[in-house]
Amino acid sequence: MTTAIRRVKARSEFCMGCGLCRLACQVAHSAYPLNIVKAMKTGEKPVARMSVETSADGMDFRTVRCLHCEDPECIKTCISGAISRDEASGVVTINEQKCVGCWSCVIACPEGSIIGPGMGRSKAYKCDLCLSREVPACVAACPNAALLLVKEPAAGVVKSTNGEG
Amino acid sequence: MKLSKPKFEIERDPARCVECGVCVNQCANRVHDWDPYDENILSEDINCVGCQRCVHLCPTRALKVLPFASRTREHGLWTSNVINEIHLQADSGGILLAGMGNSRRQTVYWDQILLNASQVTNPSIDPLREPMELKTFLGRKPPLSRGNGEFADQIYPQLELEVPVMFAAMSFGSVSLNVHKSLAQAASNQHTYWNTGEGGLHSEVREFRNRAIVQVASGRFGVSSEYLEDGAAIEIKIGQGAKPGIGGHLPGEKVTGEVARTRRIPPGSDAISPAPHHDIYSIEDLSQLVYSLKEATAYRKPVAVKIAAVHNVAAICSGMARAGADILVIDGYRGGSGATPLRVRNEVGIPIEFALAAVDSRLREEGIRNEVSLVASGGIRSSADAAKAIALGADAVYIGTAALVALGCHMCQSCYTGKCNWGIATVNPALTKRLNPEVGACRAENLLQAWKHELAEFLGGMGMNAIESLRGNRLMLRGVGLTERELKILGIKAVGE
Repeated sequence: MTTAIRRVKARSEFCMGCGLCRLACQVAHSAYPLNIVKAMKTGEKPVARMSVETSADGMDFRTVRCLHCEDPECIKTCISGAISRDEASGVVTINEQKCVGCWSCVIACPEGSIIGPGMGRSKAYKCDLCLSREVPACVAACPNAALLLVKEPAAGVVKSTNGEG
Repeated sequence: MKLSKPKFEIERDPARCVECGVCVNQCANRVHDWDPYDENILSEDINCVGCQRCVHLCPTRALKVLPFASRTREHGLWTSNVINEIHLQADSGGILLAGMGNSRRQTVYWDQILLNASQVTNPSIDPLREPMELKTFLGRKPPLSRGNGEFADQIYPQLELEVPVMFAAMSFGSVSLNVHKSLAQAASNQHTYWNTGEGGLHSEVREFRNRAIVQVASGRFGVSSEYLEDGAAIEIKIGQGAKPGIGGHLPGEKVTGEVARTRRIPPGSDAISPAPHHDIYSIEDLSQLVYSLKEATAYRKPVAVKIAAVHNVAAICSGMARAGADILVIDGYRGGSGATPLRVRNEVGIPIEFALAAVDSRLREEGIRNEVSLVASGGIRSSADAAKAIALGADAVYIGTAALVALGCHMCQSCYTGKCNWGIATVNPALTKRLNPEVGACRAENLLQAWKHELAEFLGGMGMNAIESLRGNRLMLRGVGLTERELKILGIKAVGE
């Protein structure tokens, strides 16, 4: 477990929309984090904590994932106190036990990075930066180095939530 | 009725496929398609070019791309391939197009040549303990026979290579800008050179201009005084191994804004490089262009002339050397291209091994070998090929295909479609971003680094500590499985001799 400041830097100019980061995210947050086939084929499909967007003309791609902002809208809007921000690492997490699935955070997030309803989901999910891993699963899975792990204290901290972090 | 049939078939293991869709979104040929009704992925094999992109990116290794199993009845002459090609031409009425170099199963003479090593009578050298010199200078050298015993009064401009391997000409337009960025960065880091090809020097790779050889070919695309000034050397391309005697044609749809700007032509216009240079019909004409370019750059840059290896290559190269070319580049029939008529690719030109040996011998006989540099190109696959080429008489080698393979090319030979799934032979922005130039530069640099180590090992094994000692040293080579005449032309002995 590392608590040092870490963020994922996305470089959309190299994102080719393959979606392997999303799949890795699903697998990492499943019951079988070491086995893709089992993770994806056993029981309910695991939820990815991020998404990949394609532009209307199909030419550009970007990953959408929580930027772990300093003053997050989602915390302010959460009705059950499920979302919290760790002061040391700056990581914003949802406590699944507390989440009641009101989707307020989904609406409040200006980045659209909280995974809301659909596919029978009853709780909100978001990026937890894979704190238990050396490198976040999405970063490790990217075949084109479009996602980078940044560790500098200042680099990752995002105040404004407009644009990609 | 169209008679063309698939070249490949796709085998998907349903037990492993997790329907993540990476095969669907990565195939520009639209082989894989998600069927929303049946909720599964269907594969249309007839579109498959066999580039293996889906196979590599499939996270569960659920995919196999196999040769299409259904063949025509066995026949020694009328093979399935021959029949397919006739069917294709009967369908289309056109010239068959291909990418990359000659695909025929002909003897690869590099594989029939073996290198020497020291045993007992002279010691081998351990390159990990002793310095090993791979530094190579390309350019005109002063004549040897000065007679008066004085030093040369004129030193000509030289290219200085830390490894005798350069990246061959591949134009921006035929390959993506990210390929140029990757190779330029790698060449720069390893202190060798990359070549712009006939497509100009893009502003974003101009920072690597002191490691760029700028090409002037029959279309003169991208050529300006600034361009000539930018290059470390200038290369006049007369011909290329994949298509000797044939010009180039970059279709208008590939001439997008950036390509058009770099080539200095209107966007959307066909970029046609004529088969000949319209101002070169003789060695004397070539000399005029060589000296025009030297004048234009105040004799500060070496000028190379590149030709395809053809039957009379030795005499032509002798003429080129006398016409003022400082570096002679010979491109063998295995050399690649983004688009070439399949018949020309496979049937025209001669192997680089013979061309190189013939040219080196001829220039030696005429006493001018030492005055020019010789670069071998076309199908150099490994450091062993490079070492053998140097022993046969080359000063350095060019690698084009091998460099692209390092960047991810899987030799599907469909470069001319512009739908390269590896982001190499395409200018489609959705595809070019698949080659991150940081990753590409690292891979290309690794390749150079690896070959450098291997060349040093070969040299050490032969008891040499400088590539100079191997250059033109055909005693270090022996031929196996070659005829008397082949050995004679290669100028090497048979194994055991």
